[in-house]
Parts: sequence; structure tokens; C-alpha cells
Amino acid sequence: MLRRTIPMLILAASGILLVVAYFSPFTTSWSETVLGWFNVLAAVAFVLGAGNLLAVNLELVSARRAGWAYALITLLSFAAMFVFGLFKIGVVPNPDHPNVYFAGDYESSQSAFGWVYEYIFSPLTSTMFALLAFYVASAAFRAFRAKNIEAILLLSTAFIVLIAQTAGGMFLTGWIPEDSMFAFLRFDWMKVGITEYIQTAGMRAITIGIALGIAATSLRLILGLDKSYLSKN
Amino acid sequence: MTTTSQTNMNKQSPGRLRAFLAGIGNVDRRWIFLSMALAVGVPILLKLRFPEVPGPMAKATFDAVESIPEGSRVLLSFDYDPASAGELQPMANALVYHCASRHHRIVFMALWPLGKQMADKTIKDVLLEFHHEYKYGVDYVQLGYKAGNEGVIKLMTTNIPGQYPTDADGAALSKMPIVADAADLRAFKFIGSFSAGFPGAKEWVQYAKGNTPDAFKVVGGSTGVQVSQLLPYYPKQMEGLLVAIKGAAEYEMLVTSKYPTSHYADRLEEGRRRMGPQLVAHLLMIGLIVLGNVAMIAGRGMKGGAR
Repeated sequence: MLRRTIPMLILAASGILLVVAYFSPFTTSWSETVLGWFNVLAAVAFVLGAGNLLAVNLELVSARRAGWAYALITLLSFAAMFVFGLFKIGVVPNPDHPNVYFAGDYESSQSAFGWVYEYIFSPLTSTMFALLAFYVASAAFRAFRAKNIEAILLLSTAFIVLIAQTAGGMFLTGWIPEDSMFAFLRFDWMKVGITEYIQTAGMRAITIGIALGIAATSLRLILGLDKSYLSKN
Repeated sequence: MTTTSQTNMNKQSPGRLRAFLAGIGNVDRRWIFLSMALAVGVPILLKLRFPEVPGPMAKATFDAVESIPEGSRVLLSFDYDPASAGELQPMANALVYHCASRHHRIVFMALWPLGKQMADKTIKDVLLEFHHEYKYGVDYVQLGYKAGNEGVIKLMTTNIPGQYPTDADGAALSKMPIVADAADLRAFKFIGSFSAGFPGAKEWVQYAKGNTPDAFKVVGGSTGVQVSQLLPYYPKQMEGLLVAIKGAAEYEMLVTSKYPTSHYADRLEEGRRRMGPQLVAHLLMIGLIVLGNVAMIAGRGMKGGAR
């Protein structure tokens, strides 16, 4: 009862209320309350996430499984940032309240938390993202092959978009007048044709399909036909 | 007069060429990594720059900011983190500079946990650097990050004070003139989202614009990989769209042409500065794809005809 019926009732009531609130202004304040709960739950999920991160990595380290050293680094980093942020290590006192230690801004780069963010976390995440360029280049060289008509179309599209996305497109075909009958040969025009017509049409079809799927799944959840969220089994 | 050995060599030449070309397909990937490093690094060191011609999406974004009355209240949501800052920070800088040049009052917020830090950087490097007259709480405010993804947007459509009683530092918003009378999103003339994924510009269109279609303009700044999700909304539901670093470069051109600055101009040229390495890297990618296909075709011939 407690583990199944009550969660199902909360979900059904919240779902129906949010749908009704879209059409009826009288229930707007109720829907605001439900959305407030949702936002609070989303914030609590961070605590759950932190707990899960600790549990998974502590288990890896204690069992000395493969990659336990990385798990240990994760745990140490987590602990360090937690202490830096919570106790505001090294913060510069707030000029308005110089005698109140906790009034200082923990996000400024003078504090330990801000320093780690500015000089370790931020460059590391940017570096990880930048590494994609190398792997994409290698993958394109080895896997982007014109083996059939579909692959040739994909390759042609990629070439046009790659060139049009730089000044090279204008350099090569920018001299063709925009009002001439050959304007369609300009790379910028071809890119617009591909992205705004072909790609957008496909994306709209996918989006509509996803929306119908979400509506159907939501209805199943609200009506209690889908109970998969209640337990792993 | 040719000798027998020369004749044999001529016969073998096509075979050797084919073997060489086929062998390219097995090149050590470290050479590819090195060539990509050079393609990006050399243009950066040489400060390679190319002229940009603003496209329709950048022009539409520029026009959206220009079309609202001077001094309007605008909402800018920084929905990305440092991983995407390379693409999105230049356009965020340019848009904030543009809004401030039009004396718009700017409300900053974030749907991503690290979005606030991204916004803070723009406030420090651009807003307060170029517009010293901007006062906190009067001309701009930082609402910070709020958990809840699209739930935050949905609640803002009906009740901003309920969602944001205080700013990011805990000061009461009811005492700040910039937002004291903002009951819901209809209090804004313009909403901009710099978006690297979920939640981002798509959610702003679906939950904010979808609720009150005519109340404000929505503009998106997007990474290259995400743009296909946003294109269906442009130009009717999303009045402007800046796509990746090229979009930022084009927009910078438009903004700095109309509102030139004499100092720290490089902070508004980041997009254009990054287009040089992008051009060479894209050309390298095309070259690598062509080489890979040449190697494949040559390899087919060696294995006894086309398949």
C-alpha cells in the first residue's frame, strides 16, 4: 500500500492537476505548488546523487576492483571540494561585513573553491571537450567511406556544411551573385537548403514522434497502467 | 628505346601507386592527431583571421535585440558549463554587450549548475568593463542557478517572486527595482538562452514561448551539435538563432559595427579569432575523408576488383 498505491496516487493527482491547470486558470496556484515540489525534489536529487557517487566509488576502492585508483581520486576530489565550499576555506572577507567570516564569497578565485574551479576544473573540462576534435578526425578518416548511395549523400552533405561553416564557403562561391540563376551553387545557400529544409523536416518528424511517445507514456503513468518506475522489478 | 627492366617498372608503377594509396588507410592515428594539432595550433599562433559575412540567423538575432525599446527588461539564461564555453561564451559576451549598448536591463540566470559562473565571467569581463554605469539591482541582477530544469521555466511563466524570492547571494529581489514588479515572464521583452543541451533553448521555447507566444522574443545560442533540435523553431517561435562559433563571429561583426569599442576590443572578437583555426581544421577533415576514401578504393583494386 505505502510503497505502491500512495506514489501512484501522488503521480496521478500531480499529472492530472498539471494538465487541468494548462486549460483552467482556477487551478494555476495548485499547479504552482506541484511545480514547487518538483523543483525541491530536483534539488534533493543532488544529495541523492552525491550519496550514490560516494557509495559506488567507496565500494570500488574497498574491493580494489579495476579502476579503483580513479575512484579514489574521485572521492578525494569530492571531499576536497565539499570541505572548500562548506567551510569557505580561504575566502576574502566581505567588505560590508569584515568581521563575519562566512559572509565572504566562496566563488571568487581567491578562495580555495573558486581557485580549483577556475584553474583546475574549468581547463580540464574544456580540454576533455577539445580532445573530441582529434578523435573525430581519426574516426572520419577511418569510417567515413563512400560505400553506397546513402553514404555518398552523407559525405556530400558533410562537405558542404563543413565548408559553409567557415569563411572558405564565401571565398569559393561568394562571387556568385545572390540574384543569379546559379545562386543555388553558393555554399551558404546550399547549407541553408540542407539545414532549414531537409534537416528541419526530418527533425520535425522526429520531434512530433517523440512528443506523441511522451504523451502516450505520460498517460499510461497517470492512469497507473505503467508501474515500472515503482521498483527495479 | 626502352629496356626490358624499364618496361617492367612501368607495368609495376600503377601497382606500387595503388599499394601506396591503399597503405594510407593504415596510417598510424598519431599522425592524424599531429596534423589536427597543427591545423588548430598554427592558425592560432599566426592569428589567422578571415572576413565574416553575417548570415540570416545572426541578422535576425541582432534585429530582435534592436527591435525592442531601449531600456527594456531582458532575461538571459546561461545554460551551459565550461566544456561548451569555447563555442558559447563569445556569443554570450557579444549579446550582453549588445543589450547593454541598448541600455536594456539584464536579468541573468542559469538552468545548469555551472551556468552562474559562466554568467559571472561575462558580467565581469564585458558588462562591467564596457558599461561602468550599470548598477547591481537597478540595471542588472544575477539570479543564479536553480534546480528543476524545465520546472523552473514553467513556474516562472506564472510566479517569478515565488520561484526567486532572492538573488544568487540571498538578497531580497523585492527591494531591487529591476525585478521588484516582475510577476511572471511577461515582464520581459526578450529572453535569450545560451544552450549546450538539456535544459536549454528548446525548453525555453516549449515552456515559456509556448505559454505566452506574443509577450516576448526568444533567441537561442546553440552549440553546433545541438542546432538540429532548434532549427524547427526558427524563425517563428525563436526569433533569432546563433549557431556555434560561426554564429558568434557573424553576430560580433554586426554588434561591433554598430556599437564599436576602443578598449578591450579583443573580448568582442573571440568568435572571429576562433574561425581561423576552424577553417583549417575543417579543411583537414575534408582532406582526411577524401584520403580515407582514396585508400579504400585503391585497396579494393588490390583485392581483385570492385565490390
